[in-house]
Amino acid sequence: MEYEPVIGLEVHAQLLTEAKIFCGCSAKFGAAPNTHACPVCLGMPGVLPVLNRKVVEFMLKMALATNCRINRVCSFARKNYFYPDLPKGYQISQYASPPAEHGWIEVELNGGKKRIGITRIHMEEDAGKLLHDERNPVSHVDLNRTGVPLIEIVSEPDIRGAEEAAAYLRRLHETLVYLEICDGNMEEGSFRCDANVSLRPAGTEAFGTRAELKNMNSFRNVQRALEYEIKRQRYVLEGGGKVAQETRLWDDTAGVTHSMRGKEEAHDYRYFPDPDLVPVVIDDAWLDSVRKTLPELPLERRERFVRDYKIPAYDAGVLTASRELADYYEELVRLSGEPKLASNWVMGDVLRFLNEEKKGIGACPIAPASLADLIRLIQAGTISGKMAKEVSEEMYRTGKPPEKIISEKGLVQITDEGALTEMIAEIIAENPAQLAQYRAGKEKVFGFFVGQAMKATQGKANPQLINDLLKKMLAGDK
Amino acid sequence: MELYELTIHELSDRLRAGEITSAEIVSSVFGRIDAVEKDVRAYITLMRETALAEAAEAGEKIRKGEGGPLAGIPVALKDIFCTKGVRTTCGSRILENFIPPYDATVVEKLRSAGAVFTGKTNMDEFAMGSSTENSFFGATRNPWDIERIPGGSSGGSAAAVTAGECIAAFGSDTGGSIRQPASLCGVVGMKPTYGRVSRYGLIAFASSLDQIGPFTKDVEDCAIVMNVIAGYDPRESTSVPQEVPDYRSFLGRDIKGWRVGIPKEYFIDGIDPEVEAAIRKAIRVVEGAGAKSVEISLPHTDYCVAVYYIVAPAEASSNLARYDGVKYGFRAGEARDLLEMYKKTRSAGFGAEVKRRIMIGTYALSSGYYDAYYRKASQVRGLIKRDFDEAFKNCDVILTPTSPTPAFRLGERTDDPLQMYLSDIFTISANLAGIPGISVPCGYTTGGLPIGVQFLAGHFQEGRLLQAASAYEKHARIDKRRPSL
Ligand SMILES: [Zn+2]
Repeated sequence: MEYEPVIGLEVHAQLLTEAKIFCGCSAKFGAAPNTHACPVCLGMPGVLPVLNRKVVEFMLKMALATNCRINRVCSFARKNYFYPDLPKGYQISQYASPPAEHGWIEVELNGGKKRIGITRIHMEEDAGKLLHDERNPVSHVDLNRTGVPLIEIVSEPDIRGAEEAAAYLRRLHETLVYLEICDGNMEEGSFRCDANVSLRPAGTEAFGTRAELKNMNSFRNVQRALEYEIKRQRYVLEGGGKVAQETRLWDDTAGVTHSMRGKEEAHDYRYFPDPDLVPVVIDDAWLDSVRKTLPELPLERRERFVRDYKIPAYDAGVLTASRELADYYEELVRLSGEPKLASNWVMGDVLRFLNEEKKGIGACPIAPASLADLIRLIQAGTISGKMAKEVSEEMYRTGKPPEKIISEKGLVQITDEGALTEMIAEIIAENPAQLAQYRAGKEKVFGFFVGQAMKATQGKANPQLINDLLKKMLAGDK
Repeated sequence: MELYELTIHELSDRLRAGEITSAEIVSSVFGRIDAVEKDVRAYITLMRETALAEAAEAGEKIRKGEGGPLAGIPVALKDIFCTKGVRTTCGSRILENFIPPYDATVVEKLRSAGAVFTGKTNMDEFAMGSSTENSFFGATRNPWDIERIPGGSSGGSAAAVTAGECIAAFGSDTGGSIRQPASLCGVVGMKPTYGRVSRYGLIAFASSLDQIGPFTKDVEDCAIVMNVIAGYDPRESTSVPQEVPDYRSFLGRDIKGWRVGIPKEYFIDGIDPEVEAAIRKAIRVVEGAGAKSVEISLPHTDYCVAVYYIVAPAEASSNLARYDGVKYGFRAGEARDLLEMYKKTRSAGFGAEVKRRIMIGTYALSSGYYDAYYRKASQVRGLIKRDFDEAFKNCDVILTPTSPTPAFRLGERTDDPLQMYLSDIFTISANLAGIPGISVPCGYTTGGLPIGVQFLAGHFQEGRLLQAASAYEKHARIDKRRPSL
């Protein structure tokens, strides 16, 4: 029998607000353990949460960017369970009344487009972290992450394969990063994904029993884990067995998923409205003010690049991979007036330099204005394309403007026709034998003369000009 | 008359006149504590040294004319308020050694008003109880008869004011925990509107019901301390940014022409005949003061106790999850793994009543039971609130008994939780509706035990409540007896 996978994804994205969601502590990653933790973070008796309104605004940006319907009133709920990284014994989340529902995003698949539904987006607080001592049977709790704001983005079970899941995740990731509300770092856990997977006979409607997959910390792992799990479930079903409803962990090294807990051991989280927080009311004025801050989203921008700058879709895709990179490119286009050349330079040298050092465009020492100058110098013939490569490398290394590098290195192309004519005449006079060969029809000797001319000018001559002059003078029509 | 017997306003007048010093008041109060505390057991922790230092500081400020409204006045705090650097137990073994690194907002406010803290008073563990017998630190006694309970859960605070072991005290009221002990100890006790006094730093029992309030010797003192503790707090989301009137301005005004609602559902079988007689008399007193008594109906009264014993334990089961032995407080000894550590810690750290309520609350929130219990209770709570909204269309304040009985004997109800729960039958509704209530002494039983009358008013009508209470106090002229300790 043919089986069709049915996949729904739950993504947790850490938000880049300065402060945590319910207290004034810094939400920054990487501080010494428990230095970003106050009595609220520690779940001390009597302390109370106060909502950071920036978190609501960040959530709204994502909700608007994913075409969600915004509920004007939403509220917080407690999700109760015991764990040492959860100081209050409950996580403040949203349950019965989420702020955003019924959204969708579009993913590109094999040239086509597919719309994937978003069930809901809600806000919640992150838990702390346990650090297990390798040598001693003790664990330590770091509460810096406790209360860092998260949004959870739950998809509809619209995804039909591992590749599609990866495409959906990339779109979400790109959107979050574009909105500058999440740094998208999967290794550090600021973008996390769980998946629900089931199989059903192709062409049927009813869902099969699903397994929940956890512990996949890269796009690649999500895809691998889903591929494995789909295969595993198919094997179970084809063998006449039943898929168990359970939570399974992805083992990256072994490349398999294994059961973590069954349905019987599933938590009863006993959600109920958090009496310490009042409902959040999102009025028109607030929503509009957030809407105004929304940037052009990657897909729209990509399409505009193809349309307005006449660059290939692939190039547009690379150039809009991050908002900063796209901004860099557009600035270069504005200053140089050369969309195609600008694209070649950014996708060529600039990204190559950056990739070699694993840096982002934000760390690029070449300002768009300098690169625009370089493009202008090439077009004016001041330097050759080959020289430009040397100059751009130097620009990247030193951050100096191109003119300065050109003059320091004496790289200016010789375009003085009079001087070059004189020099070529000398070369011809010094090599009568080669001249005779050329005139006898041995065209290959032309290369010899070009070489001599470049050697005499230390490569600084404008090659096109040398070619033209040589052709003319060797033919004797001076 | 000893200084510890006086009220805030009497002491403040004398302090400002330079007749006495704050240090003298504090010595008088601690002298009294030394004399009677062994019988009353009102305190868990005494703050003698800091009190003396605070008294000296207050004295200095009073001399310079800078003293706040409570300058030099010794007050006691229920051990449910977090006090920076001072052990805060909530009456529980699980917080036996907990020292908060912060003050509750109320504590900050009292401090800046110049109050001197005498200590932390005894209470039912996590405020769960009506007798102060559920304390890890032992029961507090009623100063009128030390074989009897002082009421609860803020029994230590009520007893301390009654016994002269402080001039005023503060407690929390989730289902009657201020008003009921005030009634049983013969002092004034007020539960303000939910959202009127900040809960920040108040150890939570049931967050949607908890409210902080004072115990004082008379209504005027109640208005004085309400002026200090009421007000918006940005650290509490459910705090309401509404202006605080001068509560003293409501004192001494008459209530001529007021309509005083008497809910017919509050005169039930099982109410002590002496209590009922005292309340009937109180109705005649307000009528004598020019008010008109009108019968009203609060049709959902019968459901109050049931709703309360679902909502409060449900919230408590979640609020108390943080006491897990991981971060602070008590942790039971050896455990093989995490689960065993949790089990041992919470089994040994909590008392029987707390565990009972955690179980009830966990059950009420469990999947499959949530709709039948928690959701249904929340819906009925809405109806109870509506009863009051309707009632206040027809009356200015409501008058009821505070407690169906006077103070009962120690141990009398400890084996019968349901009987114990009925102690709060007249006070719970105000917490469910979020409205303010006050208990004022209204007489004594033939055995000499105090009886209290409760006034209730609409949301944020504390001023009206104080006006009614002060008019009642003036016209009732209850004889000022003192417990013989
Ligand atoms: Zn914090």
